[in-house]
Amino acid sequence: MPPNLSLGPKVRNNLHLHDRKLQALEERATAIREDVIDMLVEAGSGHSAGPLGMADIFTALYFHVMVHDPKRPDWKDRDRFVLSNGHICPVQYATLAHAGYFPKAEMMTLRKLGSRLQGHPERAKLPGVENTAGPLGDGSSQAAGLAYAALLDRSPWRVYCVMSDGELGCGITWEAMLFAGRNRLYNLTFIVDRNNIQIDGTTEDIMPLEPLAAKFESFGLHVERCAGNSIRDFVTAIERAHGVSEKPTVILADTIPGYGVEFMEYDFRWHGMPPKAGGESILAIEQIRTLGGKIKSEHE
Amino acid sequence: MAIKKQSTGISREAYLVRDLFGKNIEQKPTRDGYGLGLVDAGKLDENIVVLCADLTESTRSLWFKEKFPERFVQIGVSEQSMAAIAAGMAMAGKVPFISSYAAFSPGRNWEQIRTTAALSDNNVKIAGAHAGVSVGPDGATHQMVEDIAIMRVLPNMIVMSPCDSVEAKKATMAGAKIVGPTYIRFAREKSPVFTTAKTPFKLGRAETFRFGDDLTIIATGPLLYEALVAAEQLSRRGIEARVLNVHTIKPLDAKAIALAAKETGAIVTVEEAQAAGGLGGAVCETVAANCPVPVERVGMPDRFGESGEPNQLLEAFGLTAPYIAMAAERVLRRKRGEKVEAILPFVAAAEDKIVEMRAAVMKEALGRAPRKWGGKKSDLSLKSRTKKLA
Repeated sequence: MPPNLSLGPKVRNNLHLHDRKLQALEERATAIREDVIDMLVEAGSGHSAGPLGMADIFTALYFHVMVHDPKRPDWKDRDRFVLSNGHICPVQYATLAHAGYFPKAEMMTLRKLGSRLQGHPERAKLPGVENTAGPLGDGSSQAAGLAYAALLDRSPWRVYCVMSDGELGCGITWEAMLFAGRNRLYNLTFIVDRNNIQIDGTTEDIMPLEPLAAKFESFGLHVERCAGNSIRDFVTAIERAHGVSEKPTVILADTIPGYGVEFMEYDFRWHGMPPKAGGESILAIEQIRTLGGKIKSEHE
Repeated sequence: MAIKKQSTGISREAYLVRDLFGKNIEQKPTRDGYGLGLVDAGKLDENIVVLCADLTESTRSLWFKEKFPERFVQIGVSEQSMAAIAAGMAMAGKVPFISSYAAFSPGRNWEQIRTTAALSDNNVKIAGAHAGVSVGPDGATHQMVEDIAIMRVLPNMIVMSPCDSVEAKKATMAGAKIVGPTYIRFAREKSPVFTTAKTPFKLGRAETFRFGDDLTIIATGPLLYEALVAAEQLSRRGIEARVLNVHTIKPLDAKAIALAAKETGAIVTVEEAQAAGGLGGAVCETVAANCPVPVERVGMPDRFGESGEPNQLLEAFGLTAPYIAMAAERVLRRKRGEKVEAILPFVAAAEDKIVEMRAAVMKEALGRAPRKWGGKKSDLSLKSRTKKLA
């Protein structure tokens, strides 16, 4: 069969995660967390909790799961990554820099006048950034549009969309789910950063979301739940998502906001605040490194 | 001795602060005035309820929540339903204030506002915080510069844009009192507090803050202060500018604007919003219909914002006093019937400035890149790793 008539995503790379690869990914995630802290402190503003909590998933996506080429950001058959909750962009930027989309030195410029690293990501400003995001909720629909177009063209690429749990309050999210379910967009995987916090407090306090899996199921999605700070668990969930050929999948990734920095973990007040330069940021980096040590020793 | 009518200089009847151009002028964000106004209005009227879309602290709705927890409603990240829920409450006699960032409310929920607040003529109050470019580092997605344009075209809607935190409180109180859909825009960043409790404020009436007959600068929001600074600079060059504070963009004080057009023969508008369709648009419509005179519009020149420090951005987008003065000079040349170039000099100068500023900021930041990011400095030179306390 000629390739343009293939019925969907091409067979992926084998996602089997052997121990050495896992260790490399975990070390990468730790380095990305450190970079996030360094970037935020240089910028003097920005969000801490989400980027730290999502570093493992970003690392897994860009260094293990997605088919992409940092040297050819416009390659037409690349997997598409849509970030819906744009405020966690420091982790996206750090991951893209690590993957080689742009020079790491540019991480110094986050949120500054003239930077390609805008406070909220903008399409076409930075290689690797597929969509403009910031106002919550818009990503899932754009991802659904991409996935629909891919199926129309019988294209092999898949779409991954990271969204927050707080933004599930946006009506447009559920409009996207209706569309994705109706059109059986099996090439589309939503990843919900289920960290249970939003700006004003915990999600269950502000506007309860549970039972969340049942909500997505009733919209016609396949639901996976995973530990979002375990790369192995997340990759397993992705493997299952790839195996579902009649529905889009949503992965509810239970993450710990501020993961790796003890004084930030689980605390909604760190949603939109960077650590202060000096004692606070030094401690944050120390704690991130200690965590790296812990993980390493577990696998040795 | 009879008091001579004042012809130039800051109006005594405006009761502005004493040391208006002093370095130590107090700085507060206009959103603070919203928070204070809500609490006072809440004391006066027990029907006032405040709805907020997960931005309680930064919109200053928190101050009302702390005082009247039972009349505070948390909506979550649901701006569209927030507008319509408020309309429902208004239909039952409540006076709901909906609080979010202007980019989302009215940015996202404009249709709900149009149908359930404006067309239905429901008594819904929309508070758009973090309006303008002075949100700074958050970037274009959060820098709402289209709100004046999209709100002032709605029939029934009142649109206010207070110039400092004191006026913001007055505007909030006035909005609470008047019956009908009302939009008030607020800014995130601190700006000079230059009006006082005695400064006159009446919804729908433009106030003359400075007298002069050579031209009129019509400004709204915190940039009104820049307009006053520009007028001072022009005065030193022998040009006396009248400065009007248009805190109410709708209903616009057409009488005051037509009179200013007639008496001064030239107008410059100033706003931290798209000049197209904003205050600039509103003034042009009024002047064209009543007393056509040359108008120059200082505002966002048909472009989006970008990340940067608030004070840098105001300069980079050509919204500060020197650019207002350049616009004044162009409008005066037109008033005299002289030929002017098609390119707007104050817009072109800002375009050059932003290129220069971007290069300087990037050079400074990249010059400090650490070795781990391919730079030449030690990793320990990063701000996050230096021991000094912030």
